[in-house]
Amino acid sequence: MREKILYALGLAGALLLLRNLYVILLQLPDESAQGAIYRIIFFHVPSWFTCFTGFFVAGVSSILYLVKKKPVYDTFAVATVEVGLVFTIIGLITGMIWARIIWGIWWTWDARLTWAFITCLIYAGYLMLRGAIDEATARARYAAVLCIFAFTSVVITFKAIEWWRTQHPGPVLSIRTRGGNMDPAMESMLYLNWLALMLISAVLTAVRMNQEGVLRQVEGLRRQVHASS
Amino acid sequence: MIALEADRVWKYFGDYPAIRGVSFAAPPGACVALLGRNGAGKTTLLRMLAGLSTASQGNVRMLGQSVRSSEARLAIGLLGHGIGVYDELSALENLRHFATLYGLDRPADAAESWLERVNLANVKDSPVREFSRGMRQRLAVARAFLHSPRVLLLDEPFTSLDDRNIALLQSLTADALRGGATVIMSTHQLREAMELATHAVLLVRGKLGYFGPRPLEMLEDSGWLYRQYGEA
Amino acid sequence: MFFRHSLAVAMKDLRSEFRTKESLNAAFAFAAMILVLFSFVVDVGDSEILYSMSGGVLWMTFLFSGALILNRSFAREQPNDCLDALLASPLSGSALWLGKALANFVMLLAVELFALPLFGALYNLTWTRSLGWLAVVLVLGAWGIAVVGTMFSALTVNLRLRELMLPTLIYPMLIPLLMGAIRLTTILISGQPITGDDWIWFRLLVGFDIIFTSLALLLVEVVLLG
Repeated sequence: MREKILYALGLAGALLLLRNLYVILLQLPDESAQGAIYRIIFFHVPSWFTCFTGFFVAGVSSILYLVKKKPVYDTFAVATVEVGLVFTIIGLITGMIWARIIWGIWWTWDARLTWAFITCLIYAGYLMLRGAIDEATARARYAAVLCIFAFTSVVITFKAIEWWRTQHPGPVLSIRTRGGNMDPAMESMLYLNWLALMLISAVLTAVRMNQEGVLRQVEGLRRQVHASS
Repeated sequence: MIALEADRVWKYFGDYPAIRGVSFAAPPGACVALLGRNGAGKTTLLRMLAGLSTASQGNVRMLGQSVRSSEARLAIGLLGHGIGVYDELSALENLRHFATLYGLDRPADAAESWLERVNLANVKDSPVREFSRGMRQRLAVARAFLHSPRVLLLDEPFTSLDDRNIALLQSLTADALRGGATVIMSTHQLREAMELATHAVLLVRGKLGYFGPRPLEMLEDSGWLYRQYGEA
Repeated sequence: MFFRHSLAVAMKDLRSEFRTKESLNAAFAFAAMILVLFSFVVDVGDSEILYSMSGGVLWMTFLFSGALILNRSFAREQPNDCLDALLASPLSGSALWLGKALANFVMLLAVELFALPLFGALYNLTWTRSLGWLAVVLVLGAWGIAVVGTMFSALTVNLRLRELMLPTLIYPMLIPLLMGAIRLTTILISGQPITGDDWIWFRLLVGFDIIFTSLALLLVEVVLLG
């Protein structure tokens, strides 16, 4: 049953993504200043939203783990961090492609880009830390603490375009600018694509959680064998 | 009044339950021998009793308080696998440091008098690094008994002690018991422990195999309890 | 009680460090080495470039040599299971952390006080033009490094490859602090006043210190007690 729901969600996400691609590529007109390349925003911004959501959920889940000590929260945290990290990398790459075309350079060290990169490094460090601890309960505890520390960098990345004068474009969505400077059709497309990515990442997260659960069982069984031999 | 109580305590490492629903209660003045084979969970249980690790389920209460309360921790005297003193510092500095942490009135005096008792007064200013094994162990004993603890937790205390140090530790423990302290000691070597023990806890693969008064049979035959209550 | 305990731990750490000087000597030597290496990186004849890079060079030096100090912090408790003896005593985890952070802070300040004049002398820079503010930046920066470093020293102490894990985890975490400290130090050493826009870096330093000190105080017991 659970599997079927997962497949259904994944299918819904994929179909939505296809439909979005059709609209993005064939129906929406080129943007006046940037031309065709502006379309990358429909993946760039939703990817970052997905990754921020993932890291936020991971942070909350880590706090819950420390309070309730239930392994499932740790599993949830690691799954969302991994999926979030994938979208961090997609966000970085789409951003770089856009920058190459519009700015003429792949990378510039402005606050937003720098922070995005640092966030990526910190969460990669989270996965590295997990890899270095053998005992599951200690791993969960240490990882949860690191995850809470790490979330500060997400906040800074998100706020960087307000705190510093960056080369990165300022906020475009109407909820942050109060009164949009973006065409409503394009803005709704952004949200729709975010929905598609969220559906897909929900499925990925669930799959990773299953794997982690099995891994934990295997580890437990292994200990049992060692203890009784 | 119960000095130390474990109430349906579980400890998980990942999915593996190392301690499974262990309950026992030690009255003041009791000396509990904590028995079990390697990997039965003796050290894991002792660490929870000392408040160094938290139970996944269940409670550990010391003198009626939570084990992490400051009252409980003033009461604990811990002698673990490591000696718990710093190699770079002198014997006196080590004891003074712990006396300060325990809030003793005159840390330096307390440290000096304990160095006398464990026969280290003449080397009190030498760094611990230079000590022989026996001296280090005596210093560890002094560190554990320094604040007159009401609950002593000893993890394999007699392992690797020479006969003089065994006698010292036995007499200090006996003194503490007479003073109303409670002693929990995990042990393999039953002879020394059995002479002191009033109660026994047997752990069998993380479960409680036996809790009760130390059976008389154990003085003669150290394997008796295992054969009666171990699963073999 | 809390602060008395912290102070006792800090004094204990400093005393054992000064007795062996294991990490301090290594940190001093390493700092000197970085400053020497830097002479190959830039054109040492151009004092304008040197001034503009001064903050960066100094904080890289503090950070890299500081890692040697931070690595030792909880590792010092490992032989003889001293951490267990401490945690079984009335000392709370947060008081233990604060004491160790204080000791690390003092040692990091010592590295700063060693490296700064050496840097000035080797590269012929006048770094004393606004000493008061420079001292404030050095203190805020050292505290920030001590806070995050001590916390992660506790987290990584039992790991394989501890010496590698600690810097890999703390350097990205410390970047906000470093950005602020580097910018302010460069301004102050060049003898310029801190103006409008640059106060944000100052607020960043203070904010970083406050946020991470509170987070660490809140979470350290979880790390220390299994």
